[in-house]
Amino acid sequence: MSTKDIIDTLAGIEPGSALDAIRAKRIQARDNAQKSYLSLFDPIDAGDFSLVERAAVAAFVIGLHGESLVAAFYREKLAATADGAALLEAIKAEIARGKTSGPYGAYPAGPLSAEDKAGLIYRVSADRKPVLGARLAAALEHAHLLVFRPRDAAATDMKALLTAGWSETGIVTFSQLVAFLSFQVRVVTGLRVLGASLGRTANAAAGA
Amino acid sequence: MSAANTVNPPVVFTQDELGWVSWIDPLPEAELTERHFAGLVDRSRAKSEYFRLLVRDPEVLEARTKTDKDIFYNVADGLPRAERELAAAATSRYNGCIYCASVHARFASTYSKRRDDVQRLLDEGVGVDLGERWNAVVKASVALAATPIAFGPDNIEELRRAGLDDAEIVDVINGASFFNWANRLMLSLGEPSK
Repeated sequence: MSTKDIIDTLAGIEPGSALDAIRAKRIQARDNAQKSYLSLFDPIDAGDFSLVERAAVAAFVIGLHGESLVAAFYREKLAATADGAALLEAIKAEIARGKTSGPYGAYPAGPLSAEDKAGLIYRVSADRKPVLGARLAAALEHAHLLVFRPRDAAATDMKALLTAGWSETGIVTFSQLVAFLSFQVRVVTGLRVLGASLGRTANAAAGA
Repeated sequence: MSAANTVNPPVVFTQDELGWVSWIDPLPEAELTERHFAGLVDRSRAKSEYFRLLVRDPEVLEARTKTDKDIFYNVADGLPRAERELAAAATSRYNGCIYCASVHARFASTYSKRRDDVQRLLDEGVGVDLGERWNAVVKASVALAATPIAFGPDNIEELRRAGLDDAEIVDVINGASFFNWANRLMLSLGEPSK
């Protein structure tokens, strides 16, 4: 039986349950998904990517995936981070503006161009740039690209982040944060769906 | 970005070995410290441009690498390696990561001995018919990769009908989800080159 980690908490997995036992078979993955979360949100050094920027990007990225317990968790995390509460309304408004369906985007010109799919090229609203600041505005635009149209990414997107004041190390951690959250929200969703189906099976068996 | 004019990007999905060129500067090998080597996990990864870039944040790289290794390489029980690699390849095909798809399509071919079927996934895309069991794995991976996430009870039912038990279904969920992490790093920090 394991102590609950962040994935258990978000997916509703209880110690001693069937899913807890299955997760225990991949204990290194379980422990290191947790270490990834802690390294991103409670880092040794936040000099290149501040804690409030991390919380704001996380609330935005998860919010773009739709409403869920995970979205509420990261909104609360932003509200609880120093200087975060002041950003909450702006982030919520930008989530509403950025919502769409992915993945879409373009392939390198050639046979795969037939699969190119157009979609929203999200830009932060001019009204909210003063609240968010240049660094965070650039981060939200790039995070939206990573969430919905990662195959559109180009070298010029790195230049846009560097121009907005991001360091190369900051860009690496920022990319890891968005990519990690893309993993975490899917594991949580998958395990929650599986858990619900186990509940139904157990109930059916109990009723038989 | 100095290598930009020497990049020869592939324009199709392939099982060939590809290179990968970073758009921002990896750390020079000579500057790596013990903290960085701990992040690389395998010291030999110091030779890779991709890992020397990610090692700019060693703690996150170390945790990411150990998550990856257990999801894919721990085959003491659970889903056969071939089908974990199939989930990775299908996710990469759907998200559009030509580099990731090349690596994991090769692994899927090696472990399944179904190279032609894997190639059809790359050529025709995620709607290809690969038989009940592989179709269920591909479809579940695609549903997980969509944003908003489209994975639901029907995917669980299909995987069960195809013979997967709950632990194997968790391996599909982990493998497919992990490639939503990997694809976004490889697609956004650099590009593949033939």
